[in-house]
Amino acid sequence: MLHSLALVPGFALLGFLIVLVVGRKLGDPKAGWVGTGAILGSFVCTLLTFFGLLSRPASNRFYIENLFSWIPVGSLHVNIAFLADPLSMTMALFVTGVSTLIHLYAIGYMRRDRDFPKFFVYFNLFVFSMLVLVLADNFVLTFLGWEGVGACSYFLIAYFFEKDSAATAGKFAFIVNRIGDFGFLMAIFLIFAHTGSVTYQGADLGALGQSCASGSGGHLLHCGLSSGTLEAICLLLFLGAIGKSAQLPLSLWLADAMEGPTPVSALIHAATMVTAGVFLMARVGPLLSHAPIAQDVIASVGVLTAFVAATIGTSQNDIKKVLAYSTVSQLGYMFLGIGSGAYVAAIFLMVTHAFYKALLFLGSGSVIHAMGDEQDIKKMGALRKYMPITSFTFIIGWLAIAGVPPFSGFWSKGDVLDGAFAKSPILWAVGALTAILTAYYMGREVYLVFFGQSRWQSRANNLSQVEPGKNHDSHSEPHEPTWLMWLPLVILAFFATIAGLLNLPFTAGIGYLDRWLTPVFGTSHLAISTSGKWLLAAGDGVLAISGVVIAASLWRNVWNRPKLEPKFLQDAWGLYSVYEYLVSKPAQAIAKISNNVVETKVIDGAVNSSAGLVGWTGLKLRKLQSGYVRNYALGISIGVVLVLVYMIVRA
Amino acid sequence: MITMLANVTVPDATVFVIASLIIIGGALGVVLNRNPVHGALCLVATLFGVALTFLEQNADFLAAVQVIVYGGAIVVLFLFVIMLLGVDKSEGLGKEPLKLQRFLAVIVGCGLLATILILAHINWATGATSASGPVSSTTTPNINLLANSIFTSYLLPFEATAALLVIAVVGAVVLARRRTVVVSDSFESPSDSQDVIHDPDGDSGASDSGQDEESGVSDSASGTSDDGHPQIDRLFEGNEEPQDTEEEESLT
Amino acid sequence: MSISGNWYLVVSAILFSIGAVGLLVRKSVLVMFMCIELMLNAVNLAFVTYARMLNDIAGQVVVFFVLVVAAAEVVVGLGIIVSIYRSRRGTTADDLHILHG
Repeated sequence: MLHSLALVPGFALLGFLIVLVVGRKLGDPKAGWVGTGAILGSFVCTLLTFFGLLSRPASNRFYIENLFSWIPVGSLHVNIAFLADPLSMTMALFVTGVSTLIHLYAIGYMRRDRDFPKFFVYFNLFVFSMLVLVLADNFVLTFLGWEGVGACSYFLIAYFFEKDSAATAGKFAFIVNRIGDFGFLMAIFLIFAHTGSVTYQGADLGALGQSCASGSGGHLLHCGLSSGTLEAICLLLFLGAIGKSAQLPLSLWLADAMEGPTPVSALIHAATMVTAGVFLMARVGPLLSHAPIAQDVIASVGVLTAFVAATIGTSQNDIKKVLAYSTVSQLGYMFLGIGSGAYVAAIFLMVTHAFYKALLFLGSGSVIHAMGDEQDIKKMGALRKYMPITSFTFIIGWLAIAGVPPFSGFWSKGDVLDGAFAKSPILWAVGALTAILTAYYMGREVYLVFFGQSRWQSRANNLSQVEPGKNHDSHSEPHEPTWLMWLPLVILAFFATIAGLLNLPFTAGIGYLDRWLTPVFGTSHLAISTSGKWLLAAGDGVLAISGVVIAASLWRNVWNRPKLEPKFLQDAWGLYSVYEYLVSKPAQAIAKISNNVVETKVIDGAVNSSAGLVGWTGLKLRKLQSGYVRNYALGISIGVVLVLVYMIVRA
Repeated sequence: MITMLANVTVPDATVFVIASLIIIGGALGVVLNRNPVHGALCLVATLFGVALTFLEQNADFLAAVQVIVYGGAIVVLFLFVIMLLGVDKSEGLGKEPLKLQRFLAVIVGCGLLATILILAHINWATGATSASGPVSSTTTPNINLLANSIFTSYLLPFEATAALLVIAVVGAVVLARRRTVVVSDSFESPSDSQDVIHDPDGDSGASDSGQDEESGVSDSASGTSDDGHPQIDRLFEGNEEPQDTEEEESLT
Repeated sequence: MSISGNWYLVVSAILFSIGAVGLLVRKSVLVMFMCIELMLNAVNLAFVTYARMLNDIAGQVVVFFVLVVAAAEVVVGLGIIVSIYRSRRGTTADDLHILHG
């Protein structure tokens, strides 16, 4: 069963190729069904591989499917090889599972879009890249997938490329990702330079980390590494993760990326792509545990991002931007977990987050759909009556992300906060504050969208406005979407509710995820007593519920509180201006210098003078071409005589 | 040099002197004669002179071929073309557009002669022979020796010449095909001949044919003086204009 | 004893030079063509002479081939001259000097 591993990305690639080649012929819904089926195939193969892996003893749970040699250069050997170990299987399972649901949803959402097949081409290619990323057996192949998701996110964010803001957002995301890619590449170079290998060496990473600590040589990240090099590698990899996972200071692209269609936001910017950074850090976790400075940096950046993004989220008015900043915030939590050494907690949060964030995005998608492409939550309200399924599932998502017990978010976020507390109470305090903010801003959104008075009837003309490139029916009144769209919502809501069962903290026996990931990360040693855990858990619950209560009391019936939505936060702490002054202005100045000085003087000068030289030479030489054949014959004869003279002289 | 002539029999020396005079005289005639027909006749003289030297040097077969192919076919072909094109009027030797061309030509010619002679003197034939066989023997005639060599050692080049000849014939046919059309056409309707000559594909001289069609004449001097591009008219030397018309009449 | 081959070679060289000079000074394409024939004959003469001097039939074989090539060349060359004449109305090589640079 393990041999179906290669089919996991294979199915996605197949779907991509089919839709690419015959997508136009298949037309509106069929191309989407093919795309969805391909991802479903990937999911089934992942399940098969998963069970295959499960049937092995815990110590032997890794499997490498070596397809072919990709880059054999000197001592560098890079194979196209896929690695199945508990970590990659966890990732692959939720990536394919959630992607299948989002694909299904997209069939309904993208209905009657002009470029319907093209959308699924990008979608399948995206999932393929993501699977390559998580299943790769070495850093280089991971980087291939990394770049693949970057490129696909560019295509998908700029999907409505005729709209200026969408095109700009696509470029923004792409360029910001390049900064992270630079770090990733540098880290790969460093790793290869110091170890001579770029493979992860299967599930041995855990053992490797330990051998690193004891100073006996290992293979990959082996222990000739000085601690400085190790820190550098980890920090460079983290730079890559910052770019991809939208941590401070590179967060803003994720908010702008909401220009893409909503399924894109759900797939790329909630469930899969942005988690790549977290995955990468988890993958090198055994290394990271020996790089204390890097751990501190990661934890600090993570918690800071979580807090800042949460504050920004409290005052955004775009339904999707609130979710975007909440994603950034949640990713900050994950990095807090990574930095605290609570890898399992980070992965746990990633999985549950994939469920509830996909749910929230898809829910917002059906709201947007119903409102005729209106995204401003100030212009919604009271949708609960018109869209019962959407509102019910959306509220579940809200409670899950807020961390209200017993929803999944409570357990996963609790684990992360436990880890943070074990590292430093300050980290925990900021994280706890952020937890209140999370419950609050999501509550604000829920109340503004689904409760209170309806503010959309007065603006009925908005309903007929359509986004360019889309052609929805004009609705007289908001209503539930087709089953294609609400079915994924229900399934995701179900998992968002119960996903906590994966890793309950009460006894070691029911910490399934913990045990499952032990071969990768080793056993976790949390320096907190059991009673302390209970206290912390109770504290988390209280914080979450207090956030919900605050939101309810403030926003239940009031839809406009300017004091709680300061301009400062709406502008994302002035980060946009910082970008402008640090990057845009200098770049424009350089461009101006290049245009006015370098271009005119140096480049044009070189081009013009070389052209002038050629022209002058031609003018002089053209006289040789008299047009008289006899003249040419004379030249030949003179040449003959000269050759003969040479022969005489030589003889 | 004198010693080389020491034990030469009188008939041999006589033949050589006569043949050389014919060759060089003919060659000078070709170069200096203004009239191409006279030039062609001088060329015949040269070729016959060369044939004489062939005979003298045991190349009987080649001497025969020289007379038959060169004198009988090639020169006749030259003459035929000269007559056909009507360029059997003297070429204006007096006008030389290129300064120094003649002067330099003579210099180069002298240089060529000098260098060849010097080179031949330095690398004088040594007497080493290859394995291709003797030129003459007392029992076998020259033609048999030549045939033996051609059909054994040189069979492949011989076959290649066959291909070459076929290609040449095909090329000549292709080049001449328009002419065939013209001739056959001109027999049927002389007034169309100009069109066909100048513009079978509409490529060159569309203005010519158009004008001719309008005026409906093909035979007279008016057609010729009008047609042709202005630059070309300028290029022709003055005395060639009437020549053209005559030739055209003869053609049609 | 027949005359020494060297004299024939001298004649051959003179013939070749005359042909070359003719090629350079004459304007009529037809005459230039004849000059080329002169040069070919000069070479033929040299070949036959060497064949006799070295007592090697190969020289004569080459002359045979040169004759064939010359025949083919004349056929094609004259064909070209005829077609040039057809469009240019002249057989002077200098007519083509409008191709000058």
